[in-house]
Amino acid sequence: MPGAAGTKLEVDSLSFFYGKTRALKDVTFNIPERRITAIIGPSGCGKTTLLRVFNRMYDLVPGARAQGTVLMDGNDIVTTTKLLDLRQKVGMVFQRPSPFPMSIRDNVAFGPRLLGWNKTRVKELVRSSLEAAALWDEVSDRLDEPATSLSGGQQQRLVIARCLAVSPEVILMDEPCSALDPVATLKIEDLMVQLARDYTIVIVTHNMQQAARVSDFTAFMLMNPEGRHGELIEFAPTADLFNAPRDPRTEAYITGRFG
Amino acid sequence: MRRNLWRRFGSTFAMGAVYGLTGLALVPLGLVLWFTTAKGLPSVAHMEFFTNAQRPSGIPGGGVANAIVGTAIVVSLASLAAIPIGVLSGIYLAEYGAGRWASWVRLASDVLVGAPSIALGLFAFALVVVPQHHYSAIAASVALSVLMLPVVIRTTEGAVGLIPNGLRESGLALGLPRWRVSLQLILPAAAPGVITGALLAIARAAGETAPVLFTALGNQNLVFDPTRAMSTLPLVVFRDALTPYKDLQQEAWGAALLLMVMVLVINLGSRWVLRRQIRLARQL
Repeated sequence: MPGAAGTKLEVDSLSFFYGKTRALKDVTFNIPERRITAIIGPSGCGKTTLLRVFNRMYDLVPGARAQGTVLMDGNDIVTTTKLLDLRQKVGMVFQRPSPFPMSIRDNVAFGPRLLGWNKTRVKELVRSSLEAAALWDEVSDRLDEPATSLSGGQQQRLVIARCLAVSPEVILMDEPCSALDPVATLKIEDLMVQLARDYTIVIVTHNMQQAARVSDFTAFMLMNPEGRHGELIEFAPTADLFNAPRDPRTEAYITGRFG
Repeated sequence: MRRNLWRRFGSTFAMGAVYGLTGLALVPLGLVLWFTTAKGLPSVAHMEFFTNAQRPSGIPGGGVANAIVGTAIVVSLASLAAIPIGVLSGIYLAEYGAGRWASWVRLASDVLVGAPSIALGLFAFALVVVPQHHYSAIAASVALSVLMLPVVIRTTEGAVGLIPNGLRESGLALGLPRWRVSLQLILPAAAPGVITGALLAIARAAGETAPVLFTALGNQNLVFDPTRAMSTLPLVVFRDALTPYKDLQQEAWGAALLLMVMVLVINLGSRWVLRRQIRLARQL
């Protein structure tokens, strides 16, 4: 599937700091549009930090700052002041399913309502988003039940539907399946492949098999043993990275020799 | 063998001391409940106690309706001021309170919790009663709202702090402004905890005597106008108990029982709401 695709996110010499501690150094690669890009690597290599730059979620952490540029459609994410627009365009799904403490319907409608979109549109969005998240058939007859009554896998798909409802272009997923059982994981993976037709997906995962199964491109990151900061070791189409890694460290990781 | 015996003796002795002293600590509570109930029941047994205003000694059919209404008015007005300010301050502390300013607010509210309630009464006396030249329910509400404020602030902060960070980030990730996430997502999720704090503050305010003593002053008549002097249940207990008349002393016991039951009900209610909050927070 990889091949001709435009670039959605252009990451150029990106470094990241928590106070004086450097967490990322000189990360440069292009994330293609309407494809799934996986970021893999051992714990502490900066995968999640990198992901949180793409929607500026790090702004909440005091003392955190990024250096370098991340261009989305020509606009720099690192320096933009239009945070709300950015986060609407770049949605995020977290590791633990985080349903809002309200009904299934209200969960999906929450974002659109607060953004002031009109009622008919919100109503349509609830259905279309749940359909796109492959959850509609399971919940269409109980939209008013609390979201917490759903199973973990359903909750995670609800969170995806909630994210789709505000019409994002990019969806960031931070280990979206690590709290789920194998069946639920498979459903989310199928869903990701579906969504990649319309959205650019970036997924952080511990699970190499998952990256190999679903992603079109893979970025392998590692912590620099001297500087103790994360670095991008290799970025390539997934098949190439897993079958013919260029860097010996990538090979060592994917063959399970460390990490 | 002998060491073992010695150990067992030590253990039994320690356990006995723990149980015994715990029991001792419960004795005053039990006695207060028992005395108030036993002495107050005869008053409460009459319907007039709830429907009639106070009457002078010797005239039968007196009640404490004026004080029940007074307590309701004074505490409601105090809540109207203290709860919104307290809830918003609590949200501020929990959601944005990392800086020096927030630590000052925290310190101030902790100091306020420990402030003698009579000092709050004096404060309201100087602030409201002196310039207006007369006692009023409003003055008492001012004193009680200052008393309630720190309780509401700290319980709101605690309840909002219980909400997992994932919820906050999920809201922000939708592209919603932070203040809307705080008020429309985090606050509703923390609502049971916030309500608990408000109820505890109300219970505490309803039972206070000192702050209403020289602000509401007391009033034998049933009045609804908050700009006038008014009676509250603790005031009835205080004033009646000081009289030499048996019938008024009896009325004091009745008022005390009524007050105790009210506070007990509010406290139990707040615990029930709090339990729901904890269950909810676990699900998130």
